[in-house]
Amino acid sequence: MFNPGLWRVRRFSNVMPEIMHLQQEMNRLFSSAGQKNPQDYPAVNIWEKNGASIVTAEVPGIDPEKMDITVSGDVLSIAGIALKETFEKGETYLRQERGIGKFKRNIQLPFQVDAKAVEARYEKGILMITLPRIKEDLPKKIKIK
Amino acid sequence: MAEQEMQKTQNVPATERIRNVKTFTPRVDIYENKDCLFLLADMPGVDEKTVDIELEKNVLTITGRVDDGRINDATMMYSEYEIGDYERVFTVSDEIDHDKIVATVKNGVLRLEMPKAEKVRPKKIAIKAA
Repeated sequence: MFNPGLWRVRRFSNVMPEIMHLQQEMNRLFSSAGQKNPQDYPAVNIWEKNGASIVTAEVPGIDPEKMDITVSGDVLSIAGIALKETFEKGETYLRQERGIGKFKRNIQLPFQVDAKAVEARYEKGILMITLPRIKEDLPKKIKIK
Repeated sequence: MAEQEMQKTQNVPATERIRNVKTFTPRVDIYENKDCLFLLADMPGVDEKTVDIELEKNVLTITGRVDDGRINDATMMYSEYEIGDYERVFTVSDEIDHDKIVATVKNGVLRLEMPKAEKVRPKKIAIKAA
């Protein structure tokens, strides 16, 4: 619905969590009963460190081999399958809340990513992707003559 | 599938906790076959050291502690999810063999195998005529 560009967001980094939370609440108010769609999964947090962005997402129970992380230009996409449990004969389920199914999410970053230097780690169900900026895109210091 | 709420559900605590962190309800699957009850819980961020399973009488409590998720020297630019502990309580029937519960954690998913006690067989209670 209302999505802030990351460019504008980074200036207010201290109050960001509060603002984002408020925004989510607003979106929830205006969208239908707070339902999310598969484009919003997984939820991500984005951090900045030494000019690189770090994207973290909670994606429990996914085979890392079946996760598909690609970067093109300034767009990061995360795709995978969080399958529902399948039941064998003689098993009955009493509750089923897990399993999102197929998901794919594209995230636009505020800079061109150095695709060769991207690192992804998957630990304890948390995905962490470090995305360094491409060198040509780094801010250049301009000397005053 | 699109209808499913994808955000974590925050617990509404009956009592206040000492640690000032939010707690969330892990999503679970529970299924059974004739010998065993299985429980799977999505708890990203926990490992075998930080998850706690307690079965007292017939109350099964699952708790998971998660560290605050901050990344050293990094500033948060954008946030969609919050990090907090997990807690969920279930009432199980008495038929679980308490000593044989097996718990494993893999990729942030807790798996509990709770074998049913052998001595428990369905008992039929005869009603005497008054």
